[in-house]
Amino acid sequence: MTDIFIIEEAEKDDRLMQIISLISLWFIPVLIGFILLYGTLKKVPTYETFVEGGKEGIKMAVSIIPFLVGMMVAISIFRASGALDFMVDFIRPGLEKVGIPADIIPLAIIRPISGNAALGMTSDLIATHGPDSFIGRLASTLQGSTDTTFYVLTVYFGAVGIKKMGDALKVGLLADIAGFIAAIVVVTIMFA
Amino acid sequence: MVNYIWVGMTIIGLVFAAINGTMDDVNEAVFKGAQEAVTLCIGLISILVFWLGMMRIAETAGLLDKLSNLFRPLISKLFPDIPAGHPAMGYILSNMMANVFGLGNAATPLGIKAMEELKRLNGGKDSASRSMVTFLAINTSSITLIPTTVIAIRITYDSAAPTEIVGTTLIATCISTVAGITIDRYFYYRRSRKG
Repeated sequence: MTDIFIIEEAEKDDRLMQIISLISLWFIPVLIGFILLYGTLKKVPTYETFVEGGKEGIKMAVSIIPFLVGMMVAISIFRASGALDFMVDFIRPGLEKVGIPADIIPLAIIRPISGNAALGMTSDLIATHGPDSFIGRLASTLQGSTDTTFYVLTVYFGAVGIKKMGDALKVGLLADIAGFIAAIVVVTIMFA
Repeated sequence: MVNYIWVGMTIIGLVFAAINGTMDDVNEAVFKGAQEAVTLCIGLISILVFWLGMMRIAETAGLLDKLSNLFRPLISKLFPDIPAGHPAMGYILSNMMANVFGLGNAATPLGIKAMEELKRLNGGKDSASRSMVTFLAINTSSITLIPTTVIAIRITYDSAAPTEIVGTTLIATCISTVAGITIDRYFYYRRSRKG
């Protein structure tokens, strides 16, 4: 009985996976085709318009460089010096008391700061604990449900020259904390 | 605030390195960090050029206007400062769509365009407007429908059900987006009461 159940579950999952990968595979090509056909129908000089719009992209990418260099060097120094590990160790006991698994804490702290580092940590947690363990599922959910707040802020504000960020960073980080708590609660309810 | 965080991270790092004897790593980190940032920006050029080119066609053809007309009630609730029919709406919406479908690469150029329009709307000032803070709050807690990268990692490590985290991710991301909007509103009302 249970064997059949497991096989059915796996098949269902397989089909879902196929649909999802099909959507991811087709989405961008269909979007490109649609924009081009629609533009042609509306008598837009498509190629010239594309080139005009694209030129802006070069300017944008170059104007972001100093913002990212500044931010990423500071983050690299903070990480390489061991300060980040120290901070994680310092916060860990308090969070463990509330029932947050210790292994997940570094990821939660890194996630808003560095996208690449977070991705590395998620892979590492999944590799160590297994993708279907509680930690593995939690790390997966956490990685997928929030974004690199520092990166988004640096790039978006940097590209258009906003110097005073107002409450943006505070709001972004508080939303990250909310997302982190939500991930733990949801994964605990669904899988534990 | 950014200034303090930036200097703070660097100085604390340097002090730590002095105490821990990790000056070697810090020296390397300075150049690695800078290099990584430039590599990232150069990599962005291709994506920015392509998607901004495509979006210019969509904009000229009137597709962006159609999109913002469709979702106007929702957007004008979220961004009361944006006048109806302003081009910022179209870009904000396409950026949100790109995020929902996990197209981070396409989302960045659209987000920057949205920011540009919002800045113009704010009289070109170099301080963040109310709409900009809201836009960033929604963006950093971006709703994700399909976390493609995570699913790929789970498959690599032989998960029995690689997609089982789609549901939990969607719920968590919705909660964080709602929280982001709520927190943003709270800070806005606090600001407006003060000034």
